Amino acid sequence: MNDLLSQLRLVGDWLTSSKQWHGDEGIPHRLLEHLTYSGLSLLFAALIGLTFGLLVGHTGRGAFAVASVANLARAIPTFGLVVLVVTLAGLSTTPVLIALVALAVPPILINTFEGVRGVDPDTRDAARGVGMTGWEVLVRVEVPMALPLILLGLRVAAIQVVATATVAAYPGLGGLGRFIVDGLSRNDYELVIGGSTVVVVLALVVQIVFTALRRFIVSPGLRVSAAKP
Amino acid sequence: MIRFDAVSKNYPNGTTAVDDLSLELAEGGITVLVGPSGCGKTTTLRMINRMVEPTAGTVSLRGQDIREIHAPELRRGIGYVIQHAGLFPHRTILDNIATVPLLLGWSRKKARARAAELLELVGLPAEMAKRYPNQLSGGQQQRVGVARALGADPPVLLMDEPFSAVDPIVRAELQAEFIRLQKELHKTIVFVTHDIDEAIKLGDNIAVFRTGGKLAQFDTPERLLADPADEFVAGFVGQDRGIRRLSFVKAADVPLRDGPVLPATSPVAPARAVDEPWVLVVDDGRRPLGWAAVAELPESGTLADAPLAPLGHTFSLVGDSARAALDSALLSPSRLAVGVDAEGAVIGVADAYELSAVTAAADVAGAPAGDEVGAEGPAGGER
Amino acid sequence: MSDGEPLVRWQWIGDHAGELADYTAVHLRLGLLPVLFGLIISVPLGILCHRLRWLYPPVLTVANVLYSIPSLALFMIFVRYTGLTEQTVMIPLTLYTLSVLVPNVVDGLASVPEPVRLAATAMGFGTVRRVVQVELPIAVPVVIAGVRVAAVSSISLVAVGQLIGQGGLGYYITRGLQLDFPTPIVTAIVLIMLLALTTDALLVLAQRLLTPWSRSKVTAS
Repeated sequence: MNDLLSQLRLVGDWLTSSKQWHGDEGIPHRLLEHLTYSGLSLLFAALIGLTFGLLVGHTGRGAFAVASVANLARAIPTFGLVVLVVTLAGLSTTPVLIALVALAVPPILINTFEGVRGVDPDTRDAARGVGMTGWEVLVRVEVPMALPLILLGLRVAAIQVVATATVAAYPGLGGLGRFIVDGLSRNDYELVIGGSTVVVVLALVVQIVFTALRRFIVSPGLRVSAAKP
Repeated sequence: MIRFDAVSKNYPNGTTAVDDLSLELAEGGITVLVGPSGCGKTTTLRMINRMVEPTAGTVSLRGQDIREIHAPELRRGIGYVIQHAGLFPHRTILDNIATVPLLLGWSRKKARARAAELLELVGLPAEMAKRYPNQLSGGQQQRVGVARALGADPPVLLMDEPFSAVDPIVRAELQAEFIRLQKELHKTIVFVTHDIDEAIKLGDNIAVFRTGGKLAQFDTPERLLADPADEFVAGFVGQDRGIRRLSFVKAADVPLRDGPVLPATSPVAPARAVDEPWVLVVDDGRRPLGWAAVAELPESGTLADAPLAPLGHTFSLVGDSARAALDSALLSPSRLAVGVDAEGAVIGVADAYELSAVTAAADVAGAPAGDEVGAEGPAGGER
Repeated sequence: MSDGEPLVRWQWIGDHAGELADYTAVHLRLGLLPVLFGLIISVPLGILCHRLRWLYPPVLTVANVLYSIPSLALFMIFVRYTGLTEQTVMIPLTLYTLSVLVPNVVDGLASVPEPVRLAATAMGFGTVRRVVQVELPIAVPVVIAGVRVAAVSSISLVAVGQLIGQGGLGYYITRGLQLDFPTPIVTAIVLIMLLALTTDALLVLAQRLLTPWSRSKVTAS
């Protein structure tokens, strides 16, 4: 207990020290870097993952390929991939971002696909039967019904990207991971634990954002489960 | 108005869902497609709104080959109801019903107003408008499904086993409601079911399909019961089709005789003189009170003092069918059915043997005219 | 990386075969023990959540929040208590598995058909006996689907532990960076993926053997 308190005090001291809030090595700058890496790669991953997920889910063609890609992708050690990219392409941001995108696409792809595939065949049949075109079925029925899973995929991808962007500090990238990696190499535990705290806070914010998104954009009709016939 | 010309549907794996079907469905009536599973009845239905395309032959709607109509456009003009309703879980009830009007480009306000009307038409309270499908019972969802199909007031409704996923009591309710709606709306309805009782109850015409997608018989329910085309149809229609035929004979056509009817104020003596084991005691409006056993009548006094056996039930000459009359006879302690008029006053009585004469008459005359009369007899409950 | 250096020098792999085998064993231990611990925690916790519905949402929230914390940060938080040891890697990995395993145990139990549950009760099974002998076996396919996801991601996450000196095959990843030599990195990535995919395949096989009655198609989510 005492230990926890002293750890908290350590974090408090580090966070409140004014040098953490200015310059290229300060928290705001590192946070901005981290958000830029994560945001950009999530954006591109979403564009790719959603497009193909919706396409494959709607047409039903390529389902096996999607499942295989997702399975294989889960097995890739993200740390290894990032380090490999830096070793091969040198220390620049773009190759690392491409790696981040590659890691974030599969969860978005598979969940979008499963969300659309999982739409009750009766509902899809009814949508066609009342005269919706293929596009209308997708936009008015399949996407809204797949939203819970689509959001889950985006959330998993976001968590993955934020975590991998942290690790990317090891081969030399910026972002919040810098505090941890630098602290480790300098044996500066205050720096390590302070940086970790900021990372944890960022992760919590991501979690909260997705919980809020779910609340606001998923139809209440998909959440209630009262009076099932 | 809906015409199948030599229509077949074959699948690449070699199965034949529908085999050389030619059929013309009349405007403004309910045609029921019935048969065992795998007989092609649903495929036939789905060819009407191009959810399934035939491999041969043509389907036409009001003389126009439906292949000439863009499929989504065709479907917006045809109501479509399926087994589990297939409501959109992410939309409110009101928005579900407004689906087709919105697809047709109506303003949101107008579409919702129309949806509210339909909600009332199918007998659901207005406060359900804001709910979501998951919050409704199966029967309520099915009503919403019907309302959604009626969205743009289409002249044609396709219904694929719409009532088979709900329990028997709710099903009977929905069927009664459906009959009432059809009296009001006069749609051309094609209705698929595997339940021959439902077919007979709802259909103006029935097409019986056999496995392999062949049409076995297309006829009115009365003809189907009276004269099945072959053994398959006879077997499918069932063992008790003789009794069910009585559903199509009006009770008014039943031969009645006066019988031993006496008012409660009458003294016992004339009743004891009757040459029958039972006397029907009525009140001063000739409404039946019960049966009195002649052997157990008291020595003196009026019939009001006599012990009365309950009536069982009576049948009405306005509205009931001969089937209700037969049932009334079978349940009566005297084995006599009591026929009453609209006010409930006794008109006459008949026993089961006398009642059976009506079907013989029907056989001579061919199919008796008219709709199925009233309710399915007492077991069917009030409607 | 110097020009002309191939992606993989096969010679290097041959020279280091014995050492690679040792690190592979360590990697497997670091990756799979957390799944075992996770299962030991998740099964009772899942049963509890299944019986006490109010408990499930908070448990799920905590598991999801833990899962969202990047591994590097979570390792660092535990360094203070367990030092640069294997525990420091395995404890966070164990916590990560909960976000997959607990929901799958709960879903698995929920997948037991009500008539089966009632029949078991009617035949005189006590609660504990019914859960162990009837409900858990029926839940196995869904639970194993969760174990597959947990095992695969756990095995691939171990490598990050190398930043505190406990990364199994992750050793070759940092080594390759230091030497500016891609062969060990590629080798480590391929070996880690092979471990993950082999484990996945073995789990599928295990499920078939454990539940011969269900050649079903339960998919991992």
